[in-house]
Amino acid sequence: MISCKEAVSRLYAYLDRNLGRIPEAEVEEHLKLCRHCCGELEFAKQVRTALRRSGASTALTPEVRTHIEAYVKQLENKRGTKR
Amino acid sequence: MTSDGGGTVIDLRPVAKPAEFEDTVRPHMEYLYGLAVRLCGNRTAAQDVVQAALLRAFRGFGRLRNREQPRLWLTRILTRCHIDRFRAEHEAEETLSLDDETRFDLFDKITEEDPFPYSDRVHLDFLDLFDDERILEVLQRLHPAHRTAIILAYVYGFTAREIGEMTAATTGTVLARLFRGRKQLERGLWRYAEQRNLLRRGAPA
Repeated sequence: MISCKEAVSRLYAYLDRNLGRIPEAEVEEHLKLCRHCCGELEFAKQVRTALRRSGASTALTPEVRTHIEAYVKQLENKRGTKR
Repeated sequence: MTSDGGGTVIDLRPVAKPAEFEDTVRPHMEYLYGLAVRLCGNRTAAQDVVQAALLRAFRGFGRLRNREQPRLWLTRILTRCHIDRFRAEHEAEETLSLDDETRFDLFDKITEEDPFPYSDRVHLDFLDLFDDERILEVLQRLHPAHRTAIILAYVYGFTAREIGEMTAATTGTVLARLFRGRKQLERGLWRYAEQRNLLRRGAPA
């Protein structure tokens, strides 16, 4: 079986299905038997979930939306007058 | 079919109908803005980048083949606008002190330091410290090239190949940036928690 060090080094490539030539089975076999690496994989997934957290800080406010939509309208109108 | 009676070549690209551009981009405003805030770290710069991207998208709209699914196209334009606006930062050397940073493993660090004694979900407790605002702050501590790769891959699910195409980098470079970005992110989360005294470890009993 591959070592924990080896498994962890492949964990993210595994998670991204980016292992290429390296067989996934080796990582999967290791994960089945190793609680530590299983925890690490779970944690890697949770970190990604945390990164996706969205709230007030990333939301489009009505004022900004109005502003941007007016900008797009202005682009369309400019083209209209060109033709 | 390709020429009229006078022999002039007719432009066969579908002529954009009035408001077609507007109708195409409107459903993606929220998405584009969220991506821009994450890349820029603040709302003012984000709005500028979104507007620059919309201008560029408008000019290139005739070249967009798949108008039903413009998200990949819009993402590439917005990412390029961000790179153009922050070119100096993007081109700064992507350093990572190998000994220190690459050995750091947040999962192990949390296990060893046990910042939440008596919790049986210490890793989740650690991540629960970070709401969207704090995540944004930590992301800003990453090198822009690493941050861009991390956001596009882990927040929005683009593949390394797609990100390479968006950022004019090879897939290999993107994978290296993801690796470094992940290490910086892990380090950054830990440092942030320490600096803000968010860890219970060492707190008076």
